[in-house]
Amino acid sequence: MTARRTGWGCAALLASAILSGCGGEDFTPAEKATIASLSLADLPPLPADPTNKYADDPAAAALGATLFFDQRMSRDSVVACGTCHLIDRQFQDDLARGKGAGVSNRRTMPLAGVAWSPWMFWDGRRDSLWSQALTPLEDQREHAATRAFYAHFVADSFNERYQRIFGPLPDLASVPPDAGPFGTEPQKAAWNAMSAGQQEAVNRVFANLGKAIGAFERSLAPQETRFDRFAAALASGKSTGADAKLTAEEIAGLKLFIGKANCSTCHNGPRFTDDGFHNTGVPAVEGLPEDLGRATGATQVAADPFNCLGAFSDAGPEACGELRFMVKDSPRLTRAYKPPSLRGAATRPPYMHSGQFATLDEVIDHYARAPAAPSGASELHPLTLSERERQQLIAFLKTLAN
Amino acid sequence: MKSGLLYALAVVVLVLVALGAYLAMPETSKPELDQSRTRTSANGLYVAAIEPEAGGPKLGELENWILTVKTAAGKPVDDAAITVGGGMPDHNHGLPTAPLMTGHLGDGRYRIEGVKFSMSGWWELRFDISSPAGSDTAIFNLVL
Ligand code: HEC
Ligand code: HEC
Ligand SMILES: [Cu+2]
Repeated sequence: MTARRTGWGCAALLASAILSGCGGEDFTPAEKATIASLSLADLPPLPADPTNKYADDPAAAALGATLFFDQRMSRDSVVACGTCHLIDRQFQDDLARGKGAGVSNRRTMPLAGVAWSPWMFWDGRRDSLWSQALTPLEDQREHAATRAFYAHFVADSFNERYQRIFGPLPDLASVPPDAGPFGTEPQKAAWNAMSAGQQEAVNRVFANLGKAIGAFERSLAPQETRFDRFAAALASGKSTGADAKLTAEEIAGLKLFIGKANCSTCHNGPRFTDDGFHNTGVPAVEGLPEDLGRATGATQVAADPFNCLGAFSDAGPEACGELRFMVKDSPRLTRAYKPPSLRGAATRPPYMHSGQFATLDEVIDHYARAPAAPSGASELHPLTLSERERQQLIAFLKTLAN
Repeated sequence: MKSGLLYALAVVVLVLVALGAYLAMPETSKPELDQSRTRTSANGLYVAAIEPEAGGPKLGELENWILTVKTAAGKPVDDAAITVGGGMPDHNHGLPTAPLMTGHLGDGRYRIEGVKFSMSGWWELRFDISSPAGSDTAIFNLVL
Protein backbone atom coordinates (compact mmCIF):
# COMPACT_ATOMS: atom_id res chain seq x y z
CA MET A 1 0.00 0.00 0.00
CA THR A 2 2.74 2.42 0.99
CA ALA A 3 4.72 1.47 -2.10
CA ARG A 4 1.77 2.24 -4.35
CA ARG A 5 1.21 5.57 -2.67
CA THR A 6 4.89 6.44 -3.22
CA GLY A 7 4.57 5.45 -6.85
CA TRP A 8 1.64 7.79 -7.46
CA GLY A 9 3.24 10.57 -5.47
CA CYS A 10 6.38 10.37 -7.55
CA ALA A 11 4.46 10.19 -10.78
CA ALA A 12 2.61 13.34 -9.81
CA LEU A 13 5.83 15.05 -8.87
CA LEU A 14 7.48 14.05 -12.11
CA ALA A 15 4.46 15.14 -14.09
CA SER A 16 4.69 18.60 -12.63
CA ALA A 17 8.45 18.54 -13.12
CA ILE A 18 9.15 19.57 -9.56
CA LEU A 19 12.84 19.18 -8.83
CA SER A 20 12.68 18.63 -5.08
CA GLY A 21 13.28 15.18 -3.54
CA CYS A 22 10.79 12.57 -4.58
CA GLY A 23 9.00 10.36 -2.11
CA GLY A 24 11.06 11.42 0.92
CA GLU A 25 7.96 12.36 2.83
CA ASP A 26 6.54 8.91 2.16
CA PHE A 27 9.13 6.96 4.15
CA THR A 28 8.25 5.97 7.69
CA PRO A 29 10.74 6.97 10.41
CA ALA A 30 11.82 3.31 10.63
CA GLU A 31 12.42 3.17 6.88
CA LYS A 32 14.41 6.39 7.02
CA ALA A 33 16.58 4.97 9.79
CA THR A 34 17.22 1.79 7.80
CA ILE A 35 18.07 3.76 4.65
CA ALA A 36 20.53 5.89 6.63
CA SER A 37 22.13 2.72 8.03
CA LEU A 38 22.75 1.45 4.47
CA SER A 39 24.30 4.64 3.19
CA LEU A 40 28.01 5.18 2.77
CA ALA A 41 27.82 8.09 5.21
CA ASP A 42 27.30 5.46 7.92
CA LEU A 43 30.50 3.55 7.06
CA PRO A 44 32.75 3.54 10.14
CA PRO A 45 36.36 4.68 9.74
CA LEU A 46 38.79 2.10 8.35
CA PRO A 47 39.22 -0.38 11.22
CA ALA A 48 42.73 -0.86 12.59
CA ASP A 49 44.45 -4.15 11.80
CA PRO A 50 46.46 -4.93 14.92
CA THR A 51 47.56 -8.27 13.41
CA ASN A 52 49.62 -6.34 10.82
CA LYS A 53 51.93 -3.68 12.26
CA TYR A 54 52.70 -2.51 8.70
CA ALA A 55 48.98 -2.08 7.88
CA ASP A 56 49.22 1.71 7.73
CA ASP A 57 52.83 2.03 6.54
CA PRO A 58 52.75 3.80 3.14
CA ALA A 59 55.97 2.12 1.98
CA ALA A 60 54.48 -1.29 2.75
CA ALA A 61 51.27 -0.38 0.89
CA ALA A 62 53.29 0.80 -2.12
CA LEU A 63 55.27 -2.45 -2.20
CA GLY A 64 51.98 -4.34 -1.80
CA ALA A 65 50.50 -2.54 -4.81
CA THR A 66 53.52 -3.49 -6.91
CA LEU A 67 53.32 -7.13 -5.81
CA PHE A 68 49.56 -7.25 -6.41
CA PHE A 69 50.06 -6.57 -10.12
CA ASP A 70 53.38 -8.41 -10.62
CA GLN A 71 52.95 -11.57 -12.72
CA ARG A 72 56.36 -12.82 -11.67
CA MET A 73 54.64 -13.68 -8.38
CA SER A 74 53.61 -17.06 -9.83
CA ARG A 75 55.00 -20.37 -11.03
CA ASP A 76 54.89 -19.49 -14.74
CA SER A 77 55.15 -15.68 -14.42
CA VAL A 78 51.68 -15.25 -15.92
CA VAL A 79 49.44 -14.82 -12.86
CA ALA A 80 49.17 -11.83 -10.52
CA CYS A 81 46.45 -11.03 -8.00
CA GLY A 82 45.34 -8.51 -10.60
CA THR A 83 44.81 -11.29 -13.17
CA CYS A 84 41.60 -12.26 -11.38
CA HIS A 85 41.04 -9.06 -9.39
CA LEU A 86 40.93 -6.66 -12.36
CA ILE A 87 41.46 -3.05 -11.38
CA ASP A 88 38.93 -1.67 -13.88
CA ARG A 89 36.32 -4.34 -13.10
CA GLN A 90 35.74 -3.77 -9.36
CA PHE A 91 38.70 -6.09 -8.71
CA GLN A 92 36.84 -9.17 -10.02
CA ASP A 93 36.90 -10.99 -13.36
CA ASP A 94 33.29 -11.49 -14.59
CA LEU A 95 33.83 -15.27 -14.65
CA ALA A 96 31.80 -17.90 -12.82
CA ARG A 97 35.05 -19.31 -11.41
CA GLY A 98 38.44 -17.60 -11.14
CA LYS A 99 41.11 -18.64 -13.63
CA GLY A 100 44.84 -18.69 -12.87
CA ALA A 101 47.24 -21.59 -13.37
CA GLY A 102 44.05 -23.66 -13.31
CA VAL A 103 40.36 -23.05 -12.61
CA SER A 104 39.23 -22.33 -9.06
CA ASN A 105 36.02 -23.76 -7.60
CA ARG A 106 34.76 -20.36 -6.57
CA ARG A 107 33.75 -16.99 -7.98
CA THR A 108 36.38 -14.22 -7.71
CA MET A 109 35.26 -11.70 -5.10
CA PRO A 110 35.31 -7.92 -5.63
CA LEU A 111 37.61 -6.11 -3.18
CA ALA A 112 36.08 -2.68 -2.46
CA GLY A 113 35.68 -2.35 1.30
CA VAL A 114 37.35 -5.69 2.02
CA ALA A 115 39.39 -4.13 4.85
CA TRP A 116 36.17 -3.74 6.83
CA SER A 117 35.51 -7.54 6.71
CA PRO A 118 36.36 -9.69 9.70
CA TRP A 119 36.43 -12.82 7.50
CA MET A 120 37.97 -13.43 4.08
CA PHE A 121 36.68 -15.70 1.31
CA TRP A 122 33.13 -16.90 0.73
CA ASP A 123 33.59 -19.32 3.63
CA GLY A 124 35.69 -17.06 5.89
CA ARG A 125 38.63 -19.46 6.01
CA ARG A 126 41.05 -16.59 6.67
CA ASP A 127 40.75 -13.83 9.27
CA SER A 128 42.97 -11.03 7.94
CA LEU A 129 43.94 -9.48 4.63
CA TRP A 130 47.57 -10.56 4.94
CA SER A 131 46.84 -14.19 5.80
CA GLN A 132 44.31 -14.24 2.95
CA ALA A 133 46.94 -13.04 0.44
CA LEU A 134 49.18 -16.03 1.24
CA THR A 135 46.50 -18.52 0.22
CA PRO A 136 46.19 -17.90 -3.57
CA LEU A 137 49.99 -17.61 -3.81
CA GLU A 138 50.32 -21.30 -2.91
CA ASP A 139 47.09 -22.55 -4.51
CA GLN A 140 47.91 -24.82 -7.46
CA ARG A 141 44.97 -23.38 -9.44
CA GLU A 142 45.99 -19.77 -8.83
CA HIS A 143 49.61 -18.53 -8.52
CA ALA A 144 50.86 -22.11 -8.08
CA ALA A 145 54.29 -21.36 -6.58
CA THR A 146 55.80 -22.00 -3.14
CA ARG A 147 56.76 -19.83 -0.18
CA ALA A 148 60.49 -20.57 -0.70
CA PHE A 149 60.08 -19.41 -4.31
CA TYR A 150 58.52 -16.11 -3.13
CA ALA A 151 61.24 -15.55 -0.52
CA HIS A 152 63.92 -15.94 -3.21
CA PHE A 153 61.94 -13.74 -5.58
CA VAL A 154 61.77 -10.91 -3.05
CA ALA A 155 65.47 -11.24 -2.23
CA ASP A 156 66.29 -11.07 -5.95
CA SER A 157 63.84 -8.41 -7.13
CA PHE A 158 62.78 -6.25 -4.16
CA ASN A 159 65.72 -6.68 -1.83
CA GLU A 160 66.23 -3.08 -0.76
CA ARG A 161 62.57 -2.11 -0.67
CA TYR A 162 61.80 -5.13 1.47
CA GLN A 163 64.63 -4.47 3.94
CA ARG A 164 63.74 -0.80 4.32
CA ILE A 165 60.28 -1.81 5.53
CA PHE A 166 60.75 -5.13 7.28
CA GLY A 167 64.41 -5.14 8.26
CA PRO A 168 67.12 -7.60 7.24
CA LEU A 169 66.29 -10.52 4.94
CA PRO A 170 67.42 -13.92 6.22
CA ASP A 171 70.24 -15.80 4.50
CA LEU A 172 68.44 -17.86 1.86
CA ALA A 173 71.56 -19.43 0.33
CA SER A 174 70.73 -22.89 1.65
CA VAL A 175 66.96 -22.63 1.10
CA PRO A 176 65.79 -24.71 -1.89
CA PRO A 177 64.41 -22.63 -4.80
CA ASP A 178 61.00 -24.32 -4.62
CA ALA A 179 59.68 -25.62 -1.31
CA GLY A 180 56.37 -25.30 0.48
CA PRO A 181 53.79 -27.32 2.41
CA PHE A 182 51.15 -27.06 -0.35
CA GLY A 183 53.29 -27.66 -3.44
CA THR A 184 53.93 -30.74 -5.54
CA GLU A 185 55.29 -33.87 -3.85
CA PRO A 186 58.95 -32.86 -4.50
CA GLN A 187 58.24 -29.32 -3.23
CA LYS A 188 56.65 -30.72 -0.07
CA ALA A 189 59.58 -33.07 0.43
CA ALA A 190 62.00 -30.15 0.01
CA TRP A 191 60.02 -28.18 2.59
CA ASN A 192 60.02 -31.05 5.08
CA ALA A 193 63.78 -31.44 4.65
CA MET A 194 64.39 -27.82 5.71
CA SER A 195 65.38 -27.10 9.32
CA ALA A 196 62.80 -25.52 11.63
CA GLY A 197 64.92 -22.36 11.61
CA GLN A 198 64.91 -22.18 7.80
CA GLN A 199 61.16 -22.79 7.69
CA GLU A 200 60.58 -20.07 10.25
CA ALA A 201 62.74 -17.60 8.30
CA VAL A 202 60.89 -18.31 5.03
CA ASN A 203 57.52 -18.14 6.79
CA ARG A 204 58.48 -14.71 8.15
CA VAL A 205 59.34 -13.32 4.70
CA PHE A 206 56.20 -14.91 3.26
CA ALA A 207 54.00 -13.39 6.00
CA ASN A 208 55.59 -9.98 5.39
CA LEU A 209 54.72 -10.18 1.69
CA GLY A 210 51.14 -10.77 2.75
CA LYS A 211 51.35 -7.81 5.12
CA ALA A 212 52.52 -5.53 2.30
CA ILE A 213 49.69 -6.70 0.03
CA GLY A 214 47.22 -6.34 2.90
CA ALA A 215 48.40 -2.77 3.53
CA PHE A 216 47.70 -1.98 -0.14
CA GLU A 217 44.21 -3.56 -0.06
CA ARG A 218 43.24 -1.29 2.82
CA SER A 219 43.07 1.56 0.30
CA LEU A 220 40.23 -0.11 -1.65
CA ALA A 221 37.25 1.74 -0.23
CA PRO A 222 33.65 1.52 -1.47
CA GLN A 223 32.66 4.34 -3.82
CA GLU A 224 29.70 6.69 -3.46
CA THR A 225 26.69 5.70 -5.56
CA ARG A 226 23.45 7.36 -6.59
CA PHE A 227 21.76 5.57 -3.70
CA ASP A 228 24.19 7.21 -1.25
CA ARG A 229 23.48 10.67 -2.64
CA PHE A 230 19.75 9.95 -2.39
CA ALA A 231 20.17 8.75 1.21
CA ALA A 232 22.21 11.81 2.14
CA ALA A 233 19.55 14.10 0.67
CA LEU A 234 16.80 12.18 2.47
CA ALA A 235 18.67 12.45 5.78
CA SER A 236 19.32 16.17 5.42
CA GLY A 237 15.84 16.93 4.09
CA LYS A 238 17.37 19.21 1.47
CA SER A 239 16.25 19.27 -2.13
CA THR A 240 18.55 17.40 -4.42
CA GLY A 241 20.22 17.56 -7.79
CA ALA A 242 19.41 15.14 -10.58
CA ASP A 243 22.30 12.82 -9.64
CA ALA A 244 20.75 12.16 -6.21
CA LYS A 245 17.31 11.15 -7.45
CA LEU A 246 15.70 7.75 -7.42
CA THR A 247 12.80 7.00 -9.75
CA ALA A 248 9.47 5.76 -8.46
CA GLU A 249 10.44 2.25 -9.54
CA GLU A 250 13.78 2.42 -7.70
CA ILE A 251 12.12 3.74 -4.54
CA ALA A 252 9.57 0.94 -4.68
CA GLY A 253 12.50 -1.49 -4.99
CA LEU A 254 14.25 0.10 -2.02
CA LYS A 255 11.10 -0.27 0.06
CA LEU A 256 10.85 -3.94 -0.90
CA PHE A 257 14.55 -4.45 -0.12
CA ILE A 258 14.21 -3.13 3.42
CA GLY A 259 10.62 -4.34 3.85
CA LYS A 260 8.62 -7.24 2.48
CA ALA A 261 11.55 -8.92 0.68
CA ASN A 262 13.70 -8.96 3.85
CA CYS A 263 16.93 -8.43 1.91
CA SER A 264 18.37 -5.98 4.42
CA THR A 265 18.35 -8.52 7.22
CA CYS A 266 21.50 -10.14 5.81
CA HIS A 267 22.57 -7.39 3.40
CA ASN A 268 22.70 -4.71 6.08
CA GLY A 269 24.88 -1.74 6.96
CA PRO A 270 26.75 0.45 4.48
CA ARG A 271 28.55 -2.57 2.96
CA PHE A 272 25.27 -4.48 2.54
CA THR A 273 26.57 -7.46 4.50
CA ASP A 274 26.18 -8.60 8.10
CA ASP A 275 29.67 -10.20 7.96
CA GLY A 276 28.09 -13.49 9.03
CA PHE A 277 27.49 -16.78 7.23
CA HIS A 278 24.14 -17.95 5.90
CA ASN A 279 22.81 -20.94 4.04
CA THR A 280 20.55 -19.50 1.34
CA GLY A 281 20.00 -22.75 -0.55
CA VAL A 282 22.19 -21.81 -3.51
CA PRO A 283 22.47 -24.93 -5.71
CA ALA A 284 25.68 -26.94 -5.85
CA VAL A 285 27.58 -26.97 -9.13
CA GLU A 286 27.62 -30.35 -10.80
CA GLY A 287 31.07 -31.81 -11.24
CA LEU A 288 32.70 -29.81 -8.43
CA PRO A 289 33.75 -31.46 -5.17
CA GLU A 290 31.27 -31.12 -2.31
CA ASP A 291 31.38 -27.57 -0.92
CA LEU A 292 30.29 -27.27 2.72
CA GLY A 293 30.97 -23.53 2.96
CA ARG A 294 31.56 -22.16 6.45
CA ALA A 295 31.55 -25.66 8.02
CA THR A 296 34.92 -26.22 6.34
CA GLY A 297 35.99 -22.56 6.51
CA ALA A 298 35.65 -22.40 10.31
CA THR A 299 37.85 -25.48 10.76
CA GLN A 300 40.44 -24.13 8.34
CA VAL A 301 40.76 -20.67 9.86
CA ALA A 302 41.14 -22.19 13.34
CA ALA A 303 44.02 -24.33 12.02
CA ASP A 304 45.72 -21.58 9.96
CA PRO A 305 49.23 -20.87 11.36
CA PHE A 306 48.92 -17.31 10.02
CA ASN A 307 45.67 -16.54 11.88
CA CYS A 308 45.19 -13.78 14.49
CA LEU A 309 46.38 -16.04 17.31
CA GLY A 310 49.36 -17.42 15.38
CA ALA A 311 53.08 -16.69 15.74
CA PHE A 312 53.18 -14.27 12.78
CA SER A 313 50.33 -12.10 13.99
CA ASP A 314 51.32 -8.80 15.59
CA ALA A 315 48.26 -8.81 17.86
CA GLY A 316 47.66 -10.30 21.27
CA PRO A 317 44.71 -12.62 21.91
CA GLU A 318 42.59 -9.69 23.15
CA ALA A 319 42.41 -8.49 19.51
CA CYS A 320 41.25 -11.89 18.26
CA GLY A 321 37.65 -11.90 19.47
CA GLU A 322 36.20 -12.87 16.09
CA LEU A 323 38.40 -15.97 15.99
CA ARG A 324 38.12 -16.87 19.68
CA PHE A 325 34.36 -16.61 19.73
CA MET A 326 33.53 -17.91 16.27
CA VAL A 327 30.90 -20.62 15.86
CA LYS A 328 32.84 -23.81 15.14
CA ASP A 329 30.55 -26.77 15.18
CA SER A 330 26.95 -25.91 14.41
CA PRO A 331 24.94 -27.71 11.72
CA ARG A 332 23.98 -24.19 10.59
CA LEU A 333 27.47 -23.73 9.13
CA THR A 334 26.79 -26.28 6.41
CA ARG A 335 26.79 -24.48 3.05
CA ALA A 336 26.69 -21.13 4.82
CA TYR A 337 28.48 -18.34 2.93
CA LYS A 338 29.28 -14.70 3.52
CA PRO A 339 26.70 -12.30 2.04
CA PRO A 340 28.66 -10.29 -0.55
CA SER A 341 28.33 -6.54 -0.61
CA LEU A 342 25.66 -5.56 -3.12
CA ARG A 343 27.49 -2.35 -4.03
CA GLY A 344 28.34 -2.67 -7.70
CA ALA A 345 26.70 -6.12 -7.91
CA ALA A 346 24.32 -5.11 -10.71
CA THR A 347 27.22 -4.64 -13.12
CA ARG A 348 29.18 -7.76 -12.22
CA PRO A 349 27.34 -10.98 -13.04
CA PRO A 350 27.50 -13.94 -12.60
CA TYR A 351 26.36 -14.28 -8.99
CA MET A 352 26.94 -16.44 -5.89
CA HIS A 353 29.96 -18.39 -4.64
CA SER A 354 30.50 -20.38 -7.81
CA GLY A 355 28.76 -18.08 -10.26
CA GLN A 356 25.59 -20.17 -10.14
CA PHE A 357 23.28 -17.42 -11.45
CA ALA A 358 23.87 -15.54 -14.69
CA THR A 359 21.50 -12.62 -14.10
CA LEU A 360 19.80 -10.63 -11.34
CA ASP A 361 16.48 -12.03 -12.59
CA GLU A 362 17.74 -15.49 -11.66
CA VAL A 363 18.91 -14.19 -8.28
CA ILE A 364 15.53 -12.65 -7.45
CA ASP A 365 13.73 -15.75 -8.69
CA HIS A 366 15.89 -17.82 -6.33
CA TYR A 367 14.92 -15.63 -3.36
CA ALA A 368 11.24 -15.82 -4.33
CA ARG A 369 11.26 -19.61 -4.58
CA ALA A 370 13.60 -20.22 -1.64
CA PRO A 371 14.39 -23.81 -2.67
CA ALA A 372 15.67 -26.41 -0.23
CA ALA A 373 19.45 -26.38 0.19
CA PRO A 374 21.60 -29.16 -1.38
CA SER A 375 22.80 -29.79 2.20
CA GLY A 376 22.16 -28.08 5.50
CA ALA A 377 19.01 -25.98 5.84
CA SER A 378 18.24 -22.79 3.94
CA GLU A 379 17.38 -19.80 6.11
CA LEU A 380 15.15 -18.30 3.43
CA HIS A 381 11.35 -18.19 3.44
CA PRO A 382 9.59 -18.12 0.05
CA LEU A 383 8.51 -14.64 -1.06
CA THR A 384 5.50 -13.66 -3.12
CA LEU A 385 6.88 -11.15 -5.63
CA SER A 386 5.00 -9.97 -8.70
CA GLU A 387 6.90 -9.50 -11.94
CA ARG A 388 6.69 -5.76 -11.35
CA GLU A 389 8.16 -6.08 -7.84
CA ARG A 390 11.04 -8.20 -9.14
CA GLN A 391 11.91 -5.49 -11.62
CA GLN A 392 11.65 -2.87 -8.85
CA LEU A 393 14.18 -4.79 -6.73
CA ILE A 394 16.55 -5.02 -9.68
CA ALA A 395 16.08 -1.31 -10.41
CA PHE A 396 17.07 -0.56 -6.82
CA LEU A 397 20.17 -2.79 -7.00
CA LYS A 398 21.25 -0.77 -10.05
CA THR A 399 21.26 2.43 -7.98
CA LEU A 400 24.11 0.81 -6.00
CA ALA A 401 26.21 0.53 -9.14
CA ASN A 402 26.36 4.08 -10.49
CA MET B 1 -21.45 -23.20 -10.14
CA LYS B 2 -19.92 -20.04 -11.48
CA SER B 3 -20.71 -18.14 -8.27
CA GLY B 4 -19.16 -21.01 -6.29
CA LEU B 5 -15.95 -20.49 -8.22
CA LEU B 6 -16.07 -16.75 -7.62
CA TYR B 7 -16.64 -17.39 -3.95
CA ALA B 8 -13.64 -19.72 -3.80
CA LEU B 9 -11.57 -17.11 -5.59
CA ALA B 10 -12.64 -14.45 -3.10
CA VAL B 11 -11.62 -16.70 -0.21
CA VAL B 12 -8.22 -17.31 -1.82
CA VAL B 13 -7.72 -13.57 -2.31
CA LEU B 14 -8.71 -12.85 1.29
CA VAL B 15 -6.29 -15.47 2.58
CA LEU B 16 -3.51 -14.05 0.43
CA VAL B 17 -4.20 -10.53 1.64
CA ALA B 18 -4.20 -11.67 5.26
CA LEU B 19 -0.97 -13.60 4.69
CA GLY B 20 0.58 -10.59 3.00
CA ALA B 21 -0.38 -8.36 5.91
CA TYR B 22 1.01 -10.95 8.34
CA LEU B 23 4.31 -11.26 6.46
CA ALA B 24 4.64 -7.49 6.12
CA MET B 25 4.11 -7.01 9.85
CA PRO B 26 7.40 -5.86 11.36
CA GLU B 27 8.72 -8.28 13.93
CA THR B 28 9.14 -5.55 16.47
CA SER B 29 5.41 -5.06 16.68
CA LYS B 30 4.91 -8.43 18.42
CA PRO B 31 3.09 -7.18 21.48
CA GLU B 32 3.68 -10.24 23.69
CA LEU B 33 7.50 -10.04 23.60
CA ASP B 34 8.88 -9.62 27.14
CA GLN B 35 12.07 -7.67 26.75
CA SER B 36 12.93 -7.31 30.42
CA ARG B 37 16.57 -7.72 31.34
CA THR B 38 15.71 -9.71 34.50
CA ARG B 39 14.02 -13.09 34.04
CA THR B 40 13.21 -16.13 36.10
CA SER B 41 14.64 -19.33 34.61
CA ALA B 42 12.26 -21.82 32.99
CA ASN B 43 11.89 -24.06 36.04
CA GLY B 44 12.08 -21.24 38.53
CA LEU B 45 15.47 -22.21 40.01
CA TYR B 46 17.22 -18.92 39.26
CA VAL B 47 16.63 -15.25 38.72
CA ALA B 48 19.01 -14.04 36.03
CA ALA B 49 19.79 -10.50 34.90
CA ILE B 50 21.84 -9.25 31.95
CA GLU B 51 23.44 -5.96 31.01
CA PRO B 52 26.01 -4.99 28.39
CA GLU B 53 29.34 -4.30 30.10
CA ALA B 54 30.12 -1.10 28.21
CA GLY B 55 26.79 0.27 26.99
CA GLY B 56 25.14 -0.87 23.79
CA PRO B 57 24.21 -3.28 22.34
CA LYS B 58 25.46 -2.00 19.02
CA LEU B 59 24.71 -3.85 15.78
CA GLY B 60 27.66 -5.85 14.41
CA GLU B 61 30.02 -5.28 17.38
CA LEU B 62 31.62 -7.94 19.55
CA GLU B 63 30.60 -7.03 23.09
CA ASN B 64 30.86 -8.30 26.64
CA TRP B 65 27.78 -8.75 28.80
CA ILE B 66 27.48 -9.23 32.55
CA LEU B 67 25.12 -11.99 33.68
CA THR B 68 24.00 -11.97 37.31
CA VAL B 69 22.58 -15.20 38.74
CA LYS B 70 20.67 -15.48 42.00
CA THR B 71 18.56 -18.21 43.51
CA ALA B 72 14.82 -17.72 43.55
CA ALA B 73 15.31 -16.62 47.16
CA GLY B 74 17.71 -13.88 46.05
CA LYS B 75 21.05 -15.45 47.09
CA PRO B 76 23.92 -14.85 44.61
CA VAL B 77 25.08 -18.04 42.85
CA ASP B 78 28.86 -17.95 42.42
CA ASP B 79 29.77 -21.45 41.36
CA ALA B 80 27.63 -21.95 38.26
CA ALA B 81 28.71 -23.36 34.91
CA ILE B 82 27.23 -21.19 32.17
CA THR B 83 26.78 -21.89 28.49
CA VAL B 84 25.34 -19.36 26.06
CA GLY B 85 23.12 -19.85 23.01
CA GLY B 86 20.40 -18.11 21.07
CA GLY B 87 19.49 -16.79 17.67
CA MET B 88 16.71 -15.19 15.66
CA PRO B 89 13.57 -17.34 15.89
CA ASP B 90 12.03 -15.63 12.84
CA HIS B 91 15.09 -16.15 10.64
CA ASN B 92 16.11 -19.78 11.17
CA HIS B 93 19.58 -18.86 12.38
CA GLY B 94 21.56 -18.92 15.60
CA LEU B 95 23.93 -16.40 17.12
CA PRO B 96 26.65 -15.27 14.70
CA THR B 97 29.27 -15.93 17.39
CA ALA B 98 29.80 -18.50 20.14
CA PRO B 99 29.96 -16.39 23.33
CA LEU B 100 31.72 -17.84 26.36
CA MET B 101 31.59 -17.22 30.08
CA THR B 102 35.16 -16.11 30.73
CA GLY B 103 35.08 -14.70 34.23
CA HIS B 104 33.50 -15.28 37.64
CA LEU B 105 33.29 -11.75 39.03
CA GLY B 106 31.78 -12.69 42.40
CA ASP B 107 28.41 -11.70 43.85
CA GLY B 108 26.70 -13.96 41.31
CA ARG B 109 28.19 -11.98 38.45
CA TYR B 110 29.71 -13.58 35.34
CA ARG B 111 31.43 -11.99 32.33
CA ILE B 112 30.12 -13.26 28.99
CA GLU B 113 32.51 -12.45 26.13
CA GLY B 114 32.00 -12.49 22.36
CA VAL B 115 28.32 -11.52 22.06
CA LYS B 116 27.35 -10.08 18.68
CA PHE B 117 24.01 -9.17 17.12
CA SER B 118 24.45 -8.96 13.38
CA MET B 119 21.01 -7.78 12.24
CA SER B 120 18.10 -5.80 13.55
CA GLY B 121 15.01 -7.61 14.75
CA TRP B 122 14.09 -10.05 17.51
CA TRP B 123 16.92 -12.04 19.11
CA GLU B 124 16.84 -14.67 21.85
CA LEU B 125 19.80 -14.92 24.21
CA ARG B 126 19.80 -18.17 26.18
CA PHE B 127 21.84 -19.07 29.26
CA ASP B 128 22.06 -22.65 30.50
CA ILE B 129 22.93 -22.39 34.17
CA SER B 130 24.20 -25.34 36.24
CA SER B 131 25.11 -25.20 39.92
CA PRO B 132 24.62 -27.45 42.94
CA ALA B 133 21.12 -25.96 43.05
CA GLY B 134 20.36 -27.67 39.70
CA SER B 135 20.31 -26.97 35.97
CA ASP B 136 17.96 -24.47 34.41
CA THR B 137 17.69 -22.12 31.45
CA ALA B 138 17.02 -18.41 31.30
CA ILE B 139 15.94 -16.89 27.98
CA PHE B 140 15.99 -13.18 27.22
CA ASN B 141 14.39 -11.36 24.30
CA LEU B 142 16.22 -8.45 22.74
CA VAL B 143 14.99 -6.30 19.89
CA LEU B 144 17.64 -4.39 17.97
C1 HEC C 1 42.87 -17.40 -10.01
C2 HEC C 1 42.20 -16.18 -9.70
C3 HEC C 1 42.64 -15.44 -8.45
C4 HEC C 1 43.89 -14.98 -8.14
C5 HEC C 1 45.15 -15.10 -8.94
C6 HEC C 1 43.74 -14.31 -6.87
N1 HEC C 1 42.46 -14.38 -6.44
FE1 HEC C 1 41.70 -13.50 -4.80
N2 HEC C 1 39.98 -14.53 -5.03
C7 HEC C 1 39.73 -15.38 -6.08
C8 HEC C 1 38.60 -16.21 -5.75
C9 HEC C 1 38.01 -17.29 -6.65
C10 HEC C 1 38.18 -15.83 -4.46
C11 HEC C 1 37.10 -16.51 -3.63
C12 HEC C 1 37.73 -17.85 -3.23
C13 HEC C 1 37.00 -18.64 -2.17
O1 HEC C 1 36.13 -18.13 -1.47
O2 HEC C 1 37.34 -19.82 -2.02
C14 HEC C 1 39.07 -14.76 -4.05
C15 HEC C 1 38.97 -14.07 -2.83
C16 HEC C 1 39.83 -13.06 -2.46
C17 HEC C 1 39.67 -12.22 -1.30
C18 HEC C 1 38.56 -12.29 -0.29
C19 HEC C 1 37.59 -11.15 -0.44
C20 HEC C 1 36.47 -11.20 0.54
O3 HEC C 1 35.60 -10.34 0.49
O4 HEC C 1 36.42 -12.13 1.37
C21 HEC C 1 40.72 -11.35 -1.27
C22 HEC C 1 41.01 -10.27 -0.25
C23 HEC C 1 41.56 -11.68 -2.41
N3 HEC C 1 40.98 -12.71 -3.12
C24 HEC C 1 42.78 -11.08 -2.67
C25 HEC C 1 43.72 -11.66 -3.53
C26 HEC C 1 45.12 -11.36 -3.51
C27 HEC C 1 45.80 -10.38 -2.59
C28 HEC C 1 45.69 -12.11 -4.49
C29 HEC C 1 47.15 -12.22 -4.87
C30 HEC C 1 48.06 -12.60 -3.82
C31 HEC C 1 44.62 -12.88 -5.11
N4 HEC C 1 43.45 -12.60 -4.48
C32 HEC C 1 44.79 -13.72 -6.19
C33 HEC C 1 40.43 -15.44 -7.26
C34 HEC C 1 41.77 -15.09 -7.36
C1 HEC D 1 19.51 -15.09 4.94
C2 HEC D 1 20.42 -14.07 4.50
C3 HEC D 1 20.14 -13.39 3.17
C4 HEC D 1 19.00 -12.76 2.75
C5 HEC D 1 17.70 -12.61 3.51
C6 HEC D 1 19.27 -12.24 1.44
N1 HEC D 1 20.53 -12.57 1.06
FE1 HEC D 1 21.40 -12.13 -0.72
N2 HEC D 1 23.00 -13.27 -0.22
C7 HEC D 1 23.17 -13.91 0.99
C8 HEC D 1 24.31 -14.81 0.90
C9 HEC D 1 24.82 -15.71 2.02
C10 HEC D 1 24.78 -14.72 -0.42
C11 HEC D 1 25.91 -15.57 -1.03
C12 HEC D 1 25.34 -16.97 -1.19
C13 HEC D 1 26.18 -17.95 -1.93
O1 HEC D 1 27.04 -17.56 -2.73
O2 HEC D 1 25.96 -19.17 -1.74
C14 HEC D 1 23.96 -13.73 -1.08
C15 HEC D 1 24.14 -13.30 -2.40
C16 HEC D 1 23.38 -12.33 -3.02
C17 HEC D 1 23.65 -11.77 -4.31
C18 HEC D 1 24.83 -12.15 -5.22
C19 HEC D 1 25.94 -11.14 -5.07
C20 HEC D 1 27.20 -11.56 -5.74
O3 HEC D 1 28.10 -10.72 -5.83
O4 HEC D 1 27.34 -12.73 -6.13
C21 HEC D 1 22.67 -10.86 -4.60
C22 HEC D 1 22.54 -10.01 -5.86
C23 HEC D 1 21.78 -10.85 -3.46
N3 HEC D 1 22.23 -11.74 -2.52
C24 HEC D 1 20.64 -10.06 -3.36
C25 HEC D 1 19.67 -10.25 -2.37
C26 HEC D 1 18.35 -9.69 -2.44
C27 HEC D 1 17.83 -8.82 -3.55
C28 HEC D 1 17.70 -10.14 -1.33
C29 HEC D 1 16.24 -9.93 -0.97
C30 HEC D 1 15.30 -10.48 -1.94
C31 HEC D 1 18.63 -10.94 -0.56
N4 HEC D 1 19.82 -10.99 -1.24
C32 HEC D 1 18.33 -11.54 0.66
C33 HEC D 1 22.40 -13.76 2.11
C34 HEC D 1 21.10 -13.26 2.08
CU1 LIG E 1 18.36 -12.73 11.30
